[in-house]
Amino acid sequence: MSDDGNNGGITYFEKQQNIYPQRVWGRYRKLKWLAMVVLLGIYYGVPWLRWDRGPHVPDQAVLIDMPSRRAYFFFIEIWPQEVYYLTAILIFAALMLFFVTALLGRVWCGYACPQTVWTDLFIWVERIVQGDRNARMKLDKSPLSFEKIWKKGLTHSLWILIGVCTGGAWVFYFNDAPTLWEHIIHFDVPWSVSSWIVALTASTYVMAGYAREQVCTFMCPYARFQSAMFDEDTLIIGYDEKRGEPRGKHKKGDSWDGRGHCIDCMQCVNVCPVGIDIRDGLQMECIACGLCVDACNNIMDKIELPRGLIRYDTASHIEKGTQLKLAHFFRPRTFWYAALLTVLGAFVIFGLTHRSVVELHVAHDRNPLYVMMSDGDIRNGYTLKILNKTHQDRVYSLSVEGIETTKLMLQNAPDAAIETLPVFADSVGHYRLFLFAEKQKAFRSNITFIITEQQDGIVTEQETIFISGEGR
Amino acid sequence: MAVKNKKKPSQGKAGREIDKISGIETTGHEWDGLKELNNPLPRWWLWVFILTCVWAVGYWVVYPAWPTISGHTKGKYGWTQHKQLAAGQEEIREIQAAFLAMLRRTPLTDVKKDPELYAFALTGGAVAFKNHCAACHGTGADGMAHYPNLNDDDWLWGGSVDEIYRTIKYGIRSSHDETHISAMSSFGTDGILTRPEILAVTDHVRSLSGLGEDNARGAVIFQEQCSSCHGLDGKGDRAIGAPNLTDAVWLYGSSRDAVSSVIFSARNSVMPHWHGVISDDKIRQLALYVHSLGGGE
Ligand code: SF4
Ligand code: SF4
Repeated sequence: MSDDGNNGGITYFEKQQNIYPQRVWGRYRKLKWLAMVVLLGIYYGVPWLRWDRGPHVPDQAVLIDMPSRRAYFFFIEIWPQEVYYLTAILIFAALMLFFVTALLGRVWCGYACPQTVWTDLFIWVERIVQGDRNARMKLDKSPLSFEKIWKKGLTHSLWILIGVCTGGAWVFYFNDAPTLWEHIIHFDVPWSVSSWIVALTASTYVMAGYAREQVCTFMCPYARFQSAMFDEDTLIIGYDEKRGEPRGKHKKGDSWDGRGHCIDCMQCVNVCPVGIDIRDGLQMECIACGLCVDACNNIMDKIELPRGLIRYDTASHIEKGTQLKLAHFFRPRTFWYAALLTVLGAFVIFGLTHRSVVELHVAHDRNPLYVMMSDGDIRNGYTLKILNKTHQDRVYSLSVEGIETTKLMLQNAPDAAIETLPVFADSVGHYRLFLFAEKQKAFRSNITFIITEQQDGIVTEQETIFISGEGR
Repeated sequence: MAVKNKKKPSQGKAGREIDKISGIETTGHEWDGLKELNNPLPRWWLWVFILTCVWAVGYWVVYPAWPTISGHTKGKYGWTQHKQLAAGQEEIREIQAAFLAMLRRTPLTDVKKDPELYAFALTGGAVAFKNHCAACHGTGADGMAHYPNLNDDDWLWGGSVDEIYRTIKYGIRSSHDETHISAMSSFGTDGILTRPEILAVTDHVRSLSGLGEDNARGAVIFQEQCSSCHGLDGKGDRAIGAPNLTDAVWLYGSSRDAVSSVIFSARNSVMPHWHGVISDDKIRQLALYVHSLGGGE
C-alpha cells in the first residue's frame, strides 16, 4: 500500500477533505448568531447566578456538589436518594428533542447542538484571522511563510483560549464559582479541577477545530436515526428541483424560458459547513443550518427572481411546489409527543414541588433478631435514618405504635432523651435504637415508628416489626 | 439519503461494475439484487485502528500479558495485582496506625468521648469478633446453649468495659495464670446429693425465676449447699462468676432436665485467653465492641 492508500487508482482510505465555509448573511445566519450568543451566555453565565437558600447551604443557583452529594437547581434540590428526578428530566429532554424534530426537523443540529455552536465559533475565529473562503484556501496551499505562521499560530492560540474558557466554565458548575475563581487565578486548584479543564480544552480544540462536521456525519447517533423520525411533513432544507432544473449559467437580460432558476453559482455549496451540495437532495450530513438558504436567497435577490429556490419546507410541499401550511404541524406524531411531554412534565413538576422535607428509614436488626433480657423482657434493635432535607437544624420526637414498650434506649447513650432526636440541617441522622417490651404472644408483631418534626409538625411514619422469640 | 462521493470515481478495477446513480464502484457482491458500494473509509478511521494496535503492543510490553509454558510474561515494570493490593493494604495500615496509637493512650471508659475514635474501635472490634469470637458466640454475638449471649444485660464476671476487657484477655478457666477461676461442684457425680435431692433443688432454683412450683426440701438443700456461692437469695456473685439464678437468662437452658443436669455434673465451661494470641489493640477493640452490643454497664 502506498503512502496515501492509493492502489492503482482505487482509494481504500479517504483523506479528510478540508471544508472552507464561506461567509454568508441572511435570516438564518442571524438566527444562528442569536442562538450562539444566547446559548454561550447561558453556559458561561449560569454558574455565577446566586440563589439564597439560607445559612450553611451553597447559594449558587445551579451547583452539582459532588463531595456532599447534593445537586441544586434554582428552587430544586436533589439528594442522592432522588436521582430518579434526573432520570425523569433526561427522559423529558429526549422527548422534547423528538417533539421538536417532528415539528421543525433538525433545528437542534443546526442551531443548538454544542458541536455546531463551538464549530461555528471556531470558523468565525478562522475567518477573522485568515480571511474568508478563498483567502483561507490560498493560505493553506501557500508555502510556509511568516504570514502563514502568524495567522495559523494566532488562529490556534485563539482556539485553545476558547477551549480553556469552555473547560473553565464547566468546573464552575461543580464548585462555588467565586471561590474557585479565586483559586484558579492563584493557580491553586485541586487535581480534579485542573484535569477537567485540560480534558475539556483538548476536546473542544479537537472537536471544534478539527473533527467538525465529521462528528455529525460519523460519530453522532442522533444523525443516524433522524430518518426514522422524518416523514414527508417534517421541515427540511430542500432544493426546489422543479423550479431550479435544468440549471445553467445565466447572463443578465437572457430569457428564463425553457430553463431552471438555478444559475449554478455554487454559493449554496460554498457556504455549507458540512460541505455538501443540497441540490443533490436531502442528505444525512445536512444539519439544517439554513445557510444555503441564505446564500441562494441573496442570489435570487440579485437576479431579481423570487426567493425560496432552496428553502426551509416540508418534502411534500417542495415536491408539489406548494407553499408551507400550518396544517402539517398537527399530526398524530406531534400530538402524541406533546401529550407525553405534558404528562411527564406534570409528574416532574408535581414531584419537585411536593417533595418531602423529611424521610424516615427503619431497619430491624437481623442478627440477633431479638434478645431476652435478665428481667424477661425482649429487646429488639433498630437502625433509624432520619433525612432532614430542610436547611435548619431540626428536632424530631419519636414514638412507637402497635406495642406496649417498657423502654426505648439509644445504643451507647442509655441516658439520652430518646424521644427527641436532633438532626442537623441538610443531613442524615443515624440512630441505633433499642426497644424493650414484655414478651409477646405472637412471634412477630407489626409496629410503626412515628417521628414528628417539632417545628412544623410534619409527621412521618415507617412500619417495621417486633420479634418476640422463645426464651432460653 | 445517499452519501455522495466527492471524488471522481476511478475506472472499475478488475472489471467491477460502476453504480449508475452514485457513480461509485461496487464491491462486486450481490445479494438478491442489492449491491454494495465500495465507498472508501475515512482516513482518520484507519489511524485510530493503527493507534489501537500500537496501544495493544505497548500494553503487552508494560503489563503481564502472554501465557508461556512456565507461567506468563512479566511485563516491563513487574506490575502485579498482588503488589497493588499489598501497597493498598500498606496505605490502610498506616492510617490505622495513627488511630491505634490514639486508642492505646485512651482509657477504655473514655473512648466513647471521641466519636471518631469510638467508631474506629467498634468497626475493628466487629471484624475481630467475627474472626475470633463468632465460632462460639455466633456472628450476632447472641451465643447459643452453653455459650453466653453477649447482647443481654446478664454478666457472669461483670459487664463494664474494663471487666469485659479482662475476661477477653485472660479467659475463663483458661490456661493463663490470671484467668477467672471458679468451679461448681458436681453434686451428682461426686455423690454429694442424691437424685431426688437434686430434683428438689432443681425445682427450687427454677422457681426463683418464676418457673414451676417451689419445693420446700429443695429450698433447705439450697441454703446448705448452694448459697455459699449463689447467695442466700440466689442472686449469684460476680466475684466468682456465680450466675444469678433469679433472672430469665439461663446459660445451659431453663428446662427441668437442663437445670438438674447442671447440678448433677456441673459444667464449668472454658473460654480461652486471647492474651498473646491476638494483639492487645484488638482485645481493646473487642472489649469496646462487646460492651456496645446493648448490655454494657
Ligand atoms: S446543506 Fe444547507 S442546511 Fe444543510 S448543512 Fe449545508 S448549508 Fe446547512
Ligand atoms: S445558490 Fe441557488 S442559484 Fe446558486 S447554485 Fe445554489 S441553488 Fe443554484
